[in-house]
Amino acid sequence: MIGIHSAILVALVACGFMCLYRIGRGPSAPDRVMAIDILGTLIVAFTALLGLVTGHDWYLSIALAWALLSFIAAIALAKYLEGRAFDE
Amino acid sequence: MNETIGAVLIGVGVAFDVLGCLGLVRLPDVYNRLQAATKCVTLGTCLILIGVAISAGGASAALTIKSLLCACFIVLTSPVGAHALARGAYRSGVRLCDGSVTDDYAGSETLARYRAGMDAAAADRAREHYDAETETT
Repeated sequence: MIGIHSAILVALVACGFMCLYRIGRGPSAPDRVMAIDILGTLIVAFTALLGLVTGHDWYLSIALAWALLSFIAAIALAKYLEGRAFDE
Repeated sequence: MNETIGAVLIGVGVAFDVLGCLGLVRLPDVYNRLQAATKCVTLGTCLILIGVAISAGGASAALTIKSLLCACFIVLTSPVGAHALARGAYRSGVRLCDGSVTDDYAGSETLARYRAGMDAAAADRAREHYDAETETT
């Protein structure tokens, strides 16, 4: 079981590097914002798997908080790109 | 048994994640990338979280409940964020890629601006767009 899980963790890290490529390369600002959002979702999956492997349930608390913050950041940056305030 | 089902769900979820991130690297413009990456990564992450919940099963109730909560949250928020981002990208003026065939959003946007009285030049463009559309249909 440990072998499968470490292979999956390595695959998720590879996904994270693809997102980092898009964040660095991305021709426009929405590209970068989107890649940051996707990276946050990947980190949620990674953290949940770490929680399963190690057996500590507080890893899932980190995942929940990260999902929340990444959602708020994506909405705020989208509104900023649109040229409007957060409460419009 | 639970371990096996969980491992299968996690494996399928990781496959979706990898394909979504490949789309993020390979596709030509921001809207293509957005639709590929968001849908695949949302589904993949949800499958991973459900797989974690099933694998943890009876061993840890906290792990199961928290990961299911997390899956619900991702399903609800990820499409909302992606929609807001796509609209923000369009209104901040990011162009479609050269291979694009149609842009149905353009006409409605200019018409909305014309109705709001924001842009006089937009009125002509909206009229042209709608005339062209009624001729073709």
